[in-house]
Amino acid sequence: MARLSMVEAINVTLHELMARDERIVVLGEDVGKDGGVFRATVGLLDKFGPMRVIDTPLAESCIVGSAIGMAVYGMRPVAEIQFEGFMFKAYDQVYSHASRLRRRSQGVYGVPLVIRAPYGAGVRALEHHSDAPEALFAHVPGLKVVIPATPSDAKGLLTSSIEDPDTVIFLEPKRLYRLFKEEVPEGDYRVPLGEARVVQEGDDATIVTYGGMVSVCERAAQHVASEGVSAEVIDLRTVWPFDIDAITKSVTKTGRLIICHEAPRSLGVGAEIAAQVAEKCLLSLQAPIVRVTGNDVIPPLSKLEEYNYPDSEQVVRAIHETVQF
Amino acid sequence: MRQMTKEDLFQVMDPEGQADLAAIEGISEADRMKMYRLMMFTRLWNTKALSLQRQGRLGTLASVRGQEASNVGMGLALGPDDWFCPAFREYGAMFTRGAQPVKLFQYWGGDERGAAPPENSHMLPVCITVGSHLCHAVGIAMGAKIRGDKIAVMSSSGDGSTSQGDFHESLNFAGVYKLPVVFVIQNNHWAISVPLHQQTATETISQKAAAYGINGERVDGNDVFAVYLTVKRLLDLARSEHKPSLIEMVTYRMDDHTTSDDASRYRTEEMIGPWRAKDPVDRLRKFLIANHGWDDNKEAELQAELTAQVEKSVQDYEALPLPHPTEMFDHMYAEMPWHLLEQKDRMLKRLGETAR
Ligand SMILES: Cc1ncc(C[n+]2csc(CCOP(=O)(O)OP(=O)(O)O)c2C)c(N)n1
Ligand SMILES: [Mg+2]
Repeated sequence: MARLSMVEAINVTLHELMARDERIVVLGEDVGKDGGVFRATVGLLDKFGPMRVIDTPLAESCIVGSAIGMAVYGMRPVAEIQFEGFMFKAYDQVYSHASRLRRRSQGVYGVPLVIRAPYGAGVRALEHHSDAPEALFAHVPGLKVVIPATPSDAKGLLTSSIEDPDTVIFLEPKRLYRLFKEEVPEGDYRVPLGEARVVQEGDDATIVTYGGMVSVCERAAQHVASEGVSAEVIDLRTVWPFDIDAITKSVTKTGRLIICHEAPRSLGVGAEIAAQVAEKCLLSLQAPIVRVTGNDVIPPLSKLEEYNYPDSEQVVRAIHETVQF
Repeated sequence: MRQMTKEDLFQVMDPEGQADLAAIEGISEADRMKMYRLMMFTRLWNTKALSLQRQGRLGTLASVRGQEASNVGMGLALGPDDWFCPAFREYGAMFTRGAQPVKLFQYWGGDERGAAPPENSHMLPVCITVGSHLCHAVGIAMGAKIRGDKIAVMSSSGDGSTSQGDFHESLNFAGVYKLPVVFVIQNNHWAISVPLHQQTATETISQKAAAYGINGERVDGNDVFAVYLTVKRLLDLARSEHKPSLIEMVTYRMDDHTTSDDASRYRTEEMIGPWRAKDPVDRLRKFLIANHGWDDNKEAELQAELTAQVEKSVQDYEALPLPHPTEMFDHMYAEMPWHLLEQKDRMLKRLGETAR
């Protein structure tokens, strides 16, 4: 085992997978010589050459569109979009093609494609560099959306995503890229898609979260523990299709639900979790569901960035609210 | 239409500052001085901005060093009623449209309020998603044509932007509808780590114009006179005859892509070297020394004056009150809907509680 940051874990995973599966091709802007603007693809060009590690022109639509073509042809493309805010240039390819080709060809063609992109706020970046658009992808029928919260999960989930027969949007919380290191399993390591992780067990309230918010919720849970409140923290890992059983099981046990994401509040992943819980285990709830989220605003630039990013204090307050209801 | 090759490069002033005086007859001495002032100001502002960034007093930003002539030349060529759609490496052109240095610091310092375009500047805010704003320039030109307004529209974007679908779609619209629009491409030879020859297989960028039935021109982007004369001529043509153009400014990105980049990973000093000798500011200074009695004293005076202006704008920037957190809800809609009112209220409550 090696101690790795999340971005190092992603890099190591790409190295290992490319070495054992020559169908894998990495393409995107600045992924080759520069090794990616976050260095996630460092060393790949030297190791695997320009036919498999492709520095593309500045053209997201064709990065994703050509990756779809490669996938149809039997390759395993891993496309990098430099920042989440530039995925929209490729949205037609994602929405109209990657997610639909399996059905449109009646199963003759699948699109085993992974689109990686750094996502989310917290690094004092420019406009279009701090968005959390996961719901815009989760809402597309036929797509899977995965967001790791730890270096080990980044490895295990990226491996499963690349091996998955369908298109996976793999969003990497850029704030976590270098925030901490942990022991990451060496060699073959998979975390199955669609399986949440119980980060911390508890009986009084369930907190469902993912990505950059996992550690925020963990801290909140630790805080209320000192007050004698035991909160269960669930990291979805696969944002869609999410692990519904893990959620309903926990809510049935605790009777209280808090949902936390940095993405805009309305019509998002939190809304879907709340709807599912209302449909499947409403009567176990002892208090209204509480959402702790970003606001429905454009992610503010650095001067106000932190005010739109849920913090542990807000989560603590949400726990109090549900527990004291 | 003949294809542009690398040999086609409009230049009226060589790197030694020797100019074809007949060609620049139409540019008054006062205008030449104004160009120099603005180019020097842009350089000093840019240098200051980079140093503020290093000290953590400003966020990430893209250096314009080396591109001052193409910036200032194209900006000054615009008429007061013309419109300008910039990318993100166009501080010099923005200054020609009346952008306040303190506002640019404010914006790049992470405060959206600095993004408001100056009144009557007919200028859009910077565009960071590469190439998108070429379509906006097209639409403004369509509006002007529909209304019969005698104006022209100019966009500016990098060599990398020519790979976007938006570039193709915009040039095609411009050709089909015969729009009063000029697309300026700042060919600084790099799109982060990707060199021009990996961005496109055409010999020049200007030759792409032929595919859309519009004019293509190729200009020495470090020669402010050539830039100014070409852009002005083509803006006039757009305004009076609704003939669109693509102008390739051949220049060079002298610094890292942005302050988050490390260009030594992908380019060598040998690649940059030849461009140091073509520096646009030095070139114009040599011209002024030879032709307008410019000297070391005047240079020192100007630098002192402009440096003081830059320093003043830094002071003004740092004296600005921080935005109130609820500022993030402003300008999301013309009128704030219930859900934002609710969220704003929640934030105010939260802040109140924290303050107590
Ligand atoms: C659509 C889009 N994709 C990617 C980026 C990230 N990015 C910012 S600038 C840049 C390179 C731009 O190159 P060019 O158009 O030549 O302009 P220059 O930076 O050289 O001025 C890239 C890839 C972006 N801003 N927008
Ligand atoms: Mg460029």
